[in-house]
Amino acid sequence: MPDHDVVIIGAGVVGTAIARELSQFDLRCMLVEAGPDVGAGTSKANTALLHTGFDMKPGTLESRLDRRGHELLSAYAPEAGIPLERTGALLVAWSDEERAAFPGIVDLSRANGYEAIREVEFDELYRREPHLGPGARGALEIPDEGIVCSFTTPLAFATEAVLGGCELRLNAPVTAAERLEKGGFRVNTARGPLTTRYLVNAAGLRSDEVDQMLGHRGFTVTPRRGELIVFDKLARPLLKHIVLAVPRATTKGVLLAPTVYGNVLLGPTARDVEDKDDTSSTSEGLAYLRSEGERLMPELLAHEVTAIYAGLRAATEHTDYQLSIHAPEGYAVVGGIRSTGLTASMAIAEHVRTELGAAGLPLRPKEDPPAVRMPNIGEAFPRPYVLQERIAENPDYGRIVCFCERVTYGEILDALSGPIPATDLDGLRRRTRVLMGRCQGFFCGARVAAMLAGDRRR
Amino acid sequence: MTVVIVGGGPAGLACAVELRRRGVADVLALDREREAGGIPRHSAHQGFGLRDLRRVMSGPRYARRYVELAREAGARVEEEAMVTGWSAEGALEVTSPEGRDMIRPDAVVLATGCRERPRSARLVPGSRPEGVLTTGQLQQLVELYGVQVGKRAVVVGAEHVSFSAVVTLARGGADVVGMTTELPRHQSLAVFRAGAALRYRVPLWTRTAVTGIHGRPRVEEVELVDLDSGQTRSVACDTVVFTADWIPDYELAVLAGLELDPGTRGPRVDTGLRTTRPGIFAAGNLLHGAEPADVAALGGRHAAATAARWLLERCLWPEQRLPIACRAPLRWISPNAVGPGREAPPRGRFGIRSGEFVRNATLEIRQGERLLWSGRVARLVPGRSVSVSSNWLESVDVAGDPVEVRLTRARARLTRLG
Repeated sequence: MPDHDVVIIGAGVVGTAIARELSQFDLRCMLVEAGPDVGAGTSKANTALLHTGFDMKPGTLESRLDRRGHELLSAYAPEAGIPLERTGALLVAWSDEERAAFPGIVDLSRANGYEAIREVEFDELYRREPHLGPGARGALEIPDEGIVCSFTTPLAFATEAVLGGCELRLNAPVTAAERLEKGGFRVNTARGPLTTRYLVNAAGLRSDEVDQMLGHRGFTVTPRRGELIVFDKLARPLLKHIVLAVPRATTKGVLLAPTVYGNVLLGPTARDVEDKDDTSSTSEGLAYLRSEGERLMPELLAHEVTAIYAGLRAATEHTDYQLSIHAPEGYAVVGGIRSTGLTASMAIAEHVRTELGAAGLPLRPKEDPPAVRMPNIGEAFPRPYVLQERIAENPDYGRIVCFCERVTYGEILDALSGPIPATDLDGLRRRTRVLMGRCQGFFCGARVAAMLAGDRRR
Repeated sequence: MTVVIVGGGPAGLACAVELRRRGVADVLALDREREAGGIPRHSAHQGFGLRDLRRVMSGPRYARRYVELAREAGARVEEEAMVTGWSAEGALEVTSPEGRDMIRPDAVVLATGCRERPRSARLVPGSRPEGVLTTGQLQQLVELYGVQVGKRAVVVGAEHVSFSAVVTLARGGADVVGMTTELPRHQSLAVFRAGAALRYRVPLWTRTAVTGIHGRPRVEEVELVDLDSGQTRSVACDTVVFTADWIPDYELAVLAGLELDPGTRGPRVDTGLRTTRPGIFAAGNLLHGAEPADVAALGGRHAAATAARWLLERCLWPEQRLPIACRAPLRWISPNAVGPGREAPPRGRFGIRSGEFVRNATLEIRQGERLLWSGRVARLVPGRSVSVSSNWLESVDVAGDPVEVRLTRARARLTRLG
């Protein structure tokens, strides 16, 4: 008999969502991750938008799962402490030609089942976004677009899964995977072999490689790099909504968005690259983004840049998600999940669970599934440093270590313990916001590194 | 009568001492670090205290001395107490282990200092590896935590602080493979440059910009470009230290709605160090990229004198102020407005910075067509201030045109020369 009922490869937002979904049932699950932490690959470096799916291709799986995912994540986020803000988006036309595309976009939105889209005239647009650059012709408002924390989301999923009994194996890249003769699979990882009855491939950028190990040739992942610039928090009052571009044949264009941490994001670029690890920013990418920013919101460019980063989208040669269940063998592949994956994650998980159930996975609900409440790192909700009761209870929540982001000693200690502790600075950053601010460690970098190494001096 | 000083570095603590000396009853200095004292806490070198305390000591000793002086003077110095913002009613919002507080003092002195702009703000692309530091972080790693920082370091910048980073890196176990500056020469003292060259054998790469940082998980190389020839090359290293390029820590000033000076990027202050909002003063390196600690401290002392007078003699807050502007290649002047009664600035001098190297410069201060002052300066060096007399203030027409400082004549402008 195999050691596990289900092994999930990949602890990004999709893999963790599936692990969370399955942990609500009486199953022996394991989540295997190549990297040192959950949510540390593509899931951490994207625009972190909550999509309505208004502009997707109608009738696709992506369209359906994104809509359902929007609903599920919007309900789950407040319970689980995931920062989520429904800021609304304005899709702005900068030429008459772009404006002429509006009726088609409205029809597309309706075909995707999203009716709340509406046109906004020139003067209303500038009243609502007064710092927008000159020359806008009008906009479409999509009131249910929003922003969500791409760090907390996979952490919340994984934490709930682990509390529900799912094992988590980090630093364990899959080196081989094969079907067993009597059914089930053997998966070799850098930290030892596993056997399982069902296998879920949520390996993101490497989902095609895992697929090939099992003899399938469904798709090829071509990483598409997106570079982004994060502006200083003092720029946040400039922007109220997400500002989208009219999509062109090849690209969705550069957008402006608030972040849940209180910054302003400009990006992304879109460029196919070879190397699945190459998350480098480039001088050409930055120059392009700055020229776009100059046009979209000139005042933004006068603000300091807090961070520059690049993420890789798991793009394939297909236009839709590559999500298929090979029922007889008990294998599910969840590939080609692009930037909509964060929004769609819970619906993808629901879909995979249903399909695996239909393929014979016994789904007996647990009597007492765990509930998680993650520490809030969103700017729109109170954080420990402003909460008198919290500090009175434990003065460590009044000891601010990271000044720029107002992260307290107590929060850092919490992130270094707990069900999935941070093991490196990047993990600490994603759990607390430490080092994410404008000084990038000038003031607290040395102390935070010491805390990570075990220094507990107050 | 309560004054809250935000920031317990040299400027804030010197201000606290002086406020007490001038009879202000309740003086509270808030510092967000575990120990007050500011940047000198981790600047291990000598040379602190000359102009303000009339003796020379190391940074850490100087920092401790100021905390003692402030407490001896009867000021309260609270550590681990961070002002995070202003309430809608104008109170200071403070977080400390004691709790969350709102404080409404009679006057506020902002002395929040400055910091070095990090790699991201300088838009240096590439990967995001470990081993990319600022001098502030480097000094803390080495001097406060005793950490070995790396083996081969590149120092970006060639100002005083950059040479100090070379020394700190050596103490932290790293060899410095080179220093880069986009300018045609270094901006420090010849003796520091000679010291770095002779003792640590550090080459200085002038007219050189960092165009990329690569490596994973740690820095493996930096990409450099020669700004004159356009040639690029890679230098292997595991540590990159971004030095200087100071920016005032102006968050609270901006949140208070204070006007900033476009040159200094700190709050606009008049010669009495009043900001544009009644009851709020500003001092030290919040006003401009870094000046030495003793200059910052003397500024704090000066703000205390104005603040005490305002509180105790109930002077009016000036409604108008006469701004002082700079014309390129000059970057900024500080203070940057004329105070009521044409009072003198700290130390009776204005600080002026240039964006270029200039030899034998003649500076002019004019109000409209009227020449208020002109004088010779042997050398202007980017990143270093020259201080000029304030005796021209007597002849300013406070209701007249804005005042402008310009460079009129120079024997050699060394922007493009090697």
